[in-house]
Amino acid sequence: MRKTLTIVILLGLLTLLFLMVVEMPLYGDPEAPAHQGIMQKYLADSARDTGAINTIAAIIIDYRAYDTLGEATVLFVAVIAVTAALYGGYEHA
Amino acid sequence: MHDMILEMLGRILIPATQLFGAYILFHGHLSPGGGFSGGTIIGASFIFYSLVYRFSDKKHRLKHETSLWFEVGGALIYVGSGLVGILFGRHFLTNQGVFPIGEPGRLWSSGMILLVTLGIGAKVAGTVFKLFQELLEGGAEPDGHH
Repeated sequence: MRKTLTIVILLGLLTLLFLMVVEMPLYGDPEAPAHQGIMQKYLADSARDTGAINTIAAIIIDYRAYDTLGEATVLFVAVIAVTAALYGGYEHA
Repeated sequence: MHDMILEMLGRILIPATQLFGAYILFHGHLSPGGGFSGGTIIGASFIFYSLVYRFSDKKHRLKHETSLWFEVGGALIYVGSGLVGILFGRHFLTNQGVFPIGEPGRLWSSGMILLVTLGIGAKVAGTVFKLFQELLEGGAEPDGHH
């Protein structure tokens, strides 16, 4: 029962991921949102918008701060997974 | 076990590593680097510390709670500075208009970016060290002790 549930959930996640990949623009597509001038905006305005002269920091922690929060969540899940794998199966862990 | 050479090396290298990590963290908005790289360097210094002192005496052993607090504290700083934006009636994780941006190029500038970089740094240092700690000495014995 638990195994079936796990497989169903994983397949659901896989479907979701595939649906997202299908939605993504093709590699090198000139119509892709990333090629509509956002690069020029970042380079021209990032120091004024965010106060950071390191444009990469401005992008990952200001414009795309939400994605970086997801990235930090990945680390959190990794720690939880390792801890659960080591302590799992015993009580009082 | 008491390793003199390792201990003397640690005395020189651990503070130097931590200082370098703090430099990378505090200059994340000015130069290459930032939360993830600086946090990894600080985490590496914790790993080195526990490799040097773990076997010599129990007094120097870093507690599991320490790495947990680094981990949780970093996440709280990140989400907390995001929520400040909501308190000011803006979007989650807003920088401009909520935090003082300052003059670009100075150390105390870029508002939320510096704060979040420090949060990420604490979190990554906690993650790196906690993974090491759990893999080295974690794991529950069948009788419930660890």
